[in-house]
Amino acid sequence: MTTHAQQFSSDADRTTRDLEQRAQIQSALRSYEVARDAHKSAFQDWEAARQTAAEIKWDAVNHLDQYLSEFAEKLQARGTQVHWASNAQQARDIILNIIRANNARSIIKSKVMTGEEIHINEALEKAGFEVVESDLGEFIVQLRREAPYHFVFPAMHLKRGEISELFSRELGTAPTDDPEELTMIARRVLREKYITADVGISGANFAIAETGMISITENEGNARLTCALPRVHIALLGIEKVLPKLRDLALFLPMLATAGAGQALTCYNSLYGGPRQPGESDGPEEFHVVLLDNNRTHLLADKEQRDALHCIRCGACLNVCPIYRNVGGHTYGTTYQGPIGSVITPHLRGLQDWKHLSNASSLCGACTQACPVKIDLHHHLLQNRRNAFTENPAWREKLTFKLFRLVMNQPRVYLFCVKLSRLIQPLHRFVDGTRLDPALGWTKTRKLPKIAPQTFKEFWQNRK
Amino acid sequence: MSEREKILSRIREALTLSAAVPGHPQDHLLQVVSEEEAAQHIHEWLPAVGETLEDGLALFAKNSYELKTDFRLVDSEEDLLAQLAEMASGWKKIAIHRGELTDAVCGKLGLPVCITDEGYDASYLESCDVGITQCDCLVAQTGSVLVTARSAGGRALSVLPPHHIVLARRDQLLPDLPSAFALLEERYATNYPSFISLITGPSRTGDIERILVLGAHGPKQLTVLCI
Ligand code: SF4
Repeated sequence: MTTHAQQFSSDADRTTRDLEQRAQIQSALRSYEVARDAHKSAFQDWEAARQTAAEIKWDAVNHLDQYLSEFAEKLQARGTQVHWASNAQQARDIILNIIRANNARSIIKSKVMTGEEIHINEALEKAGFEVVESDLGEFIVQLRREAPYHFVFPAMHLKRGEISELFSRELGTAPTDDPEELTMIARRVLREKYITADVGISGANFAIAETGMISITENEGNARLTCALPRVHIALLGIEKVLPKLRDLALFLPMLATAGAGQALTCYNSLYGGPRQPGESDGPEEFHVVLLDNNRTHLLADKEQRDALHCIRCGACLNVCPIYRNVGGHTYGTTYQGPIGSVITPHLRGLQDWKHLSNASSLCGACTQACPVKIDLHHHLLQNRRNAFTENPAWREKLTFKLFRLVMNQPRVYLFCVKLSRLIQPLHRFVDGTRLDPALGWTKTRKLPKIAPQTFKEFWQNRK
Repeated sequence: MSEREKILSRIREALTLSAAVPGHPQDHLLQVVSEEEAAQHIHEWLPAVGETLEDGLALFAKNSYELKTDFRLVDSEEDLLAQLAEMASGWKKIAIHRGELTDAVCGKLGLPVCITDEGYDASYLESCDVGITQCDCLVAQTGSVLVTARSAGGRALSVLPPHHIVLARRDQLLPDLPSAFALLEERYATNYPSFISLITGPSRTGDIERILVLGAHGPKQLTVLCI
């Protein structure tokens, strides 16, 4: 077992015992489901919309070179600087260089999952810059110095009491139990930051090739402020974010909102196509777009799983996943949690180190059904298992299957084994639950079922 | 080789193998819905909207109610001014931009005005009680207001002050999202503004225990006055 796998199973063991937390997550996600279903049913034909969205993304990803070039050219034509980064280190260097070249001191960030992926905050802080997360959930988890729990709802695991305590400790505010007051505390603190920050860093939900624009979806308005007030705006995004046409958004924006948060449309859907243009009253002087590969081309090269690049990061697959709902977001130890994280992390960070995530699945297929762009998630989990095994067969599994085959191919041996285990099962209670127990994986949390006194065959022969 | 070329060549290399279209039998490579077809049909899949202007206004009003947008139909410019004057009782200064509808109200409230087209100081704009803007269109389907850097006085005016008021004309109401994007194309295709936003209700968050709070970072109140 690798250390990531050990970490996963010990964390899962701990979090699944936390019944209170599990109840909180489940009730939050149940109310999400109700809202999502209501908005989904407002669509005249959700399935047709889904199919088209999947095909548009297929077109984008399968002509990625053309669309990316078009996107970059259109942006550059209007004064945006486009940067290309093959890996996390390059992306961090590009961003640091822009910040240094501008003599910037303080940086405000709106939510950027790609930023989590390249650990940009740590890099900026190490270089001596102040970075503040402006999305409320991200702001909270940044104060707690922990990773987001969910890539759409970063602080969904916390109760208001914990947040109030955190704010009193870190910001010196009076304790309160009112979510509205807590939100207003963050609002007050961050308002100053927007105005004084030199650089704003954002992500993007879509990159429109046709017009050379990024599209950002948010509810709070923090991304809008981040992209409006600072002198320099840097957007960091994965190369797979492209959509061919501006009008594609008419489909993708409501689908993202419905699948992701159970809303008809997210509060702000904003497009940015350059720095402040002649005749405009505000906006940054410089606009930089950083395009990140970071092994996305590895996933692209896998034609079986290429559709995982269609992902619009709505989070729907996490919300419906029985594993996510019970082990929680931190257990994954990845930037992207849940089914989509289990599918892509092995590509982004190494199959052998992250293959265990593909085993943590009931293969129920709820994720595939929830996905607005029809990514075949649960089959990809199976393919990861297969690929991991072909690449590096585990001798224990190999032996087990050899034995299994031997026994199952010979009825006499099979019957003998059944009879034998019936005989030795009474001895099991002496080792039950101890370290000598061969069935420990099972008996740790459950009772071993008793082997039936007779086989079905015996029963059939003896019936009257 | 530049990093750009390296990435593009890795992409081309990867794409030499083709992948099946989702939802189709393996190795079926042709797209079924063409771009044009999709554009024609998309309004048949999105949430339904009525036929007439009245249907549209009713739907916009219903969506506004659910979003907690304060939507008011006004009959005349005087009525518009009267409604604004009534709201203005608690205001100390307002922010606005130049425009056909905004010019009509600008000087008439008797309050200090920050006009963003002339350049502004961010802290001053932040201290204004309200930002008053026009828009490109209203979208009945979702209760949204479409603004751009050109139609609504820049990027910050509609998000920095705690209250955003939109002045719109009835004929700016469009039925659905596809028509809003078509309008953008028609109006700006040769030279898009650097900022475009679809605003759907006042700023909100559910980040604390998934409980809805208005005014997370943007305006706590959104008022749409439609003449
Ligand atoms: S895989 Fe599908 S459901 Fe999951 S986050 Fe991506 S788009 Fe949403």
